[in-house]
Amino acid sequence: MAMSEPLGRAGNIERKEPYIGPGETYESITNNISDIVLVHPKDTPRGWIFGFAIAVLVLFIFLYAITDLLIRGVGVWGINIPVAWGFDIINFVWWIGIGHAGTLISAILLLFAQDWRNSINRFAEAMTLFAVACAGLFPILHLGRPWFFYWLAPYPNTFGMWPQFRSALTWDVFAISTYAFISLLFWLIGLIPDFAKMRDRSTHPVPKFFYGAASLGWRGSARHWNRYEIAYILLAGLSTPLVVSVHSIISLDFAISVVPGWNPTVFPPYFVAGAVFAGFAMVLLLMIPVRSLYGLQQYVTMKHIDNMAKIMLATGMIVVYGYLVELYIAFYSGAELELALVQNRLFGMYGWAFWALIFFNGVCIQPLWFPQVRRNLPALIVISICVSIGMWLERFVIIVGSLSTDFLPSSWAPFTPTFWDFLLYFGTFGLFFSGMLLFIRVMPMINIFEMQVLQYKEDMKREAEQQA
Amino acid sequence: MSIPIYGLMAEFEKPDQLIHATEAAHAAGYRRMDAYTPFPIEEVSEAMHFHDDLVRRIVLVAAISGMITALTLQVLGSAVDYPLNIGGRPLLSWPAFLPITFELTILFAGIAAVLSVIVLNGLPQPYHPAFNAPNFERASIDRFFLCIESNDPQFDLSATRKFLEELHPVQVSEVEQ
Repeated sequence: MAMSEPLGRAGNIERKEPYIGPGETYESITNNISDIVLVHPKDTPRGWIFGFAIAVLVLFIFLYAITDLLIRGVGVWGINIPVAWGFDIINFVWWIGIGHAGTLISAILLLFAQDWRNSINRFAEAMTLFAVACAGLFPILHLGRPWFFYWLAPYPNTFGMWPQFRSALTWDVFAISTYAFISLLFWLIGLIPDFAKMRDRSTHPVPKFFYGAASLGWRGSARHWNRYEIAYILLAGLSTPLVVSVHSIISLDFAISVVPGWNPTVFPPYFVAGAVFAGFAMVLLLMIPVRSLYGLQQYVTMKHIDNMAKIMLATGMIVVYGYLVELYIAFYSGAELELALVQNRLFGMYGWAFWALIFFNGVCIQPLWFPQVRRNLPALIVISICVSIGMWLERFVIIVGSLSTDFLPSSWAPFTPTFWDFLLYFGTFGLFFSGMLLFIRVMPMINIFEMQVLQYKEDMKREAEQQA
Repeated sequence: MSIPIYGLMAEFEKPDQLIHATEAAHAAGYRRMDAYTPFPIEEVSEAMHFHDDLVRRIVLVAAISGMITALTLQVLGSAVDYPLNIGGRPLLSWPAFLPITFELTILFAGIAAVLSVIVLNGLPQPYHPAFNAPNFERASIDRFFLCIESNDPQFDLSATRKFLEELHPVQVSEVEQ
């Protein structure tokens, strides 16, 4: 019965490239992944210590930039009227988009039974969490008086007021907090059985105690696994529409307004595609060095890298399609304002940003059509960096480009970012990377039990082949 | 023999051996048993004839209550407690309430999914007799265990041990309470 699987079309017995390197066993998978974490603190790899030191330094720069902002107010940024949303909202959308790849990998690919996700989902989910943490800070800091951020939540208060539930900005509060919380739950529930493995593998009493406590006493009972699998699939089913809704709601921050260039109906789908696009670029950017540093080539194979590059290409083409549709609709409508908008976007004050974005997001990804490029690590790193820059520019074009040239020419004003804009953006990388590096150090960065499932399936396939 | 034992634990090397053993134990009439594996194997819980729909039901109830909570909150907040007349637009503008309703539905359901799996599994449980079995630390790594518990009506120390030993385990051991 299992024979039909390895046999391809027309009885071609060529075996598919496996998603796990040869010669692995359940034990070797557990040991290789958990040893990265269980190494004695004195033997922590130099590269990690060096990276973490830099990340913490940048984290302090971030805290410095926030402190200055809290003392002097949002006037330290380059924002003005009409460009009231500057770097802060660009960075917010950029970071949260990066997070979306993690949920796509962990939830949507699970529902589509894409087994290869098992090797990268833990890492990508951690990336989601820290990216959402970076993203969430920006709108709060942009409030002007960030210490009153709790006014956004609906709670009975002495003002006798409620948040405006019809506003996309209030939807944002709910969407992002739900997204952050569900991502955290998804990540934590995936970690419980792996913590039990760490508990059983560690020899020193201190890690044994902490991993034991974190595993909640998990013992791998078949009844427990049964409920666990049901809950896991349900969470994936819940996260899938959630991740689509989050970036759609973020796009509604723009799309339900009347600002020129902000209200095309294509916004929600193309924001979601752009988010996944940027997210996969970031996963590749992080995963390629990590897998060589820690020798994880057996688990994150070239086939994985190839698949991720394909998704990046597909979502990138959707994004490019979005740009073209926007331009086409403007010409097709023949509306004077729409045409003026296109004229402004292509050749106006920020025209350079539009052409740079077309170059980074549209032209740079074209080499990915070739399998040789999709398996060339340096090339992928360069392309991923280009995509990250391009997606940042996309938000710059949408936000700054539209706000600076409103319907009313008398209120037009350019936007010039200040030193503090750049410093705060740069600082979020400190938060992101110190979180990611800590995660790599104390938690198994690849989901061990799901890798064992992958191995189990590979073994079954191999047996079925031998029988055939 | 003064302390009653928890059960007999058989250790297997391969997943299919465990699946076969679980099926055999169920066929022999044993009901109070549990298998311990490093990763989820659907066939094992099927062999035990274990079905539990409770997680799904709890999640459904939580999802509906999240939806009702969100709608109530927004209707009370925008139409009853703090009505704002903006150009005579309707106060009960339900389409605008849908995004938050959707988000809270997901939020409640997600929390319920995680909490229900933890609570129904009786976790956190720092002590369990199964951990007394020799070599059990490999139950999370590369060994597959089947435990027939002593409170099963058919349990008989020597007969059950003989039954388990016929299933080609690595070893069969008594598990202390």
